[in-house]
Amino acid sequence: MCLAMPVKITELLPDDMAKVDVDGVTREVSIALIESPAVGDYVILHVGYAIGKLDPAEAAQTLALMEELAASEAEGATP
Amino acid sequence: MKYVDEFRRGDVARGIAKHIAGLVDPAREYRLMEFCGGHTHAIARYGLTGLLPSNIRLIHGPGCPVCVLPIGRIDSAIELVLQHQVILCTYGDTLRVPASNRMSLYKARAEGGDVRVIYSTSDALRIARENPDRQVVFFGIGFETTTPPTAMALKTAKTEGQKNFSVFCNHVLTPPAMQHLLSAGDAVELDGFIGPSHVSTVIGSDPYQAVAKQYRKPVVIAGFEPLDVLQATAMLVEDINHGRDGVSTQFTRAVTPEGNQKARSVVMETMMLRDTFEWRGLGQVPHSALAIHPDYADFDAEQRFALPYRHVPDHKACECGAILRGQKQPSDCKVFGIVCTPDNPLGSCMVSSEGACAAHYHYGRFVKSPTQTSVEEGA
Ligand code: SF4
Repeated sequence: MCLAMPVKITELLPDDMAKVDVDGVTREVSIALIESPAVGDYVILHVGYAIGKLDPAEAAQTLALMEELAASEAEGATP
Repeated sequence: MKYVDEFRRGDVARGIAKHIAGLVDPAREYRLMEFCGGHTHAIARYGLTGLLPSNIRLIHGPGCPVCVLPIGRIDSAIELVLQHQVILCTYGDTLRVPASNRMSLYKARAEGGDVRVIYSTSDALRIARENPDRQVVFFGIGFETTTPPTAMALKTAKTEGQKNFSVFCNHVLTPPAMQHLLSAGDAVELDGFIGPSHVSTVIGSDPYQAVAKQYRKPVVIAGFEPLDVLQATAMLVEDINHGRDGVSTQFTRAVTPEGNQKARSVVMETMMLRDTFEWRGLGQVPHSALAIHPDYADFDAEQRFALPYRHVPDHKACECGAILRGQKQPSDCKVFGIVCTPDNPLGSCMVSSEGACAAHYHYGRFVKSPTQTSVEEGA
């Protein structure tokens, strides 16, 4: 039930609503709970509401860190 | 799908797992509680336990919204349907949660009760507009993620002057439950927490600081994808190795220290803290849930229908309580998979996919080694 997912805003509609793309399917959701939503933003969709925005720069940085971690042998393991 | 598939890559998962294997001190155990049902689900689905060294123990916490709802609250919802004859709007997961006298909302519907599964609170408001002669109640359950949508419905109902709409508010809070788990006399020994992702998107990372400092535990707020969980585990192992406590965030792509201010302010306007609230498994937890704010009292189903609250003990055979406290595992329950199955749940942990018993049933029951569902398969 808590399961929520990232979706992309494709069109802003009146009354704090927006069209989003959910895996190729268009859905109308509320954007009343987030600050300054824009077309192209990725948001976390939960029970019909966008509850937060995803930051693309932070996502890219996290992915880079993950790859780095995966490539590196751990050093300094406690004996 | 963007922001999903990138965080499910099997090669990276194995790389991080190998990295973790190099980090751990073989002489000790790392007992990590994943508070949230979303993590429980991800761990079971992608077989993450099997990727990790055996001295890292992932312990399920109480963060599954339908699991922690006590029987008394479901009984009240059934009372609304059968005695008060309201149209009860609810998220689907609550229907099969067992209540007293072998009842459930599902059975209440079979007995003629008007129970409607909705996707969003706006559906509940629409049903209220379409049925002006009926009382429509939204059964509000869940953590800080589902609370703002309920708060929005309250605001809209007030603006529109809806006379036949109210909310049966059962929303609960994460940090007080964490605090309660750590302070209990019979508390399970923990070395750190994998903190909730979407809850933290709303409330931010700051609210965990007090608990982390008081109990000197590290909390790493982690996303729900398998690579997120693995990276957070690596961060926790390093924190534990160095004796660090405090809160850090792995899920930086959506979590800030202060959270979503807009969502939080709607909640503050329409709801207020309860002195205490009963959780299944945890019992009464002080300041752990929300009630409807006096300014919105007209929309409070508990007041409108004078609903009493009665404590009802869980089924004798059910170990959900101990599982929600991290003390037992689904496999410790004698009726797991035999008398209690997702089609016929005896306890609440077998109901939704975030519940520990349901997650074990779906992804672990016929599997000896939890690695069989590989990361790529699940993508
Ligand atoms: S298997 Fe069923 S009865 Fe046993 S603890 Fe889980 S939910 Fe309760």
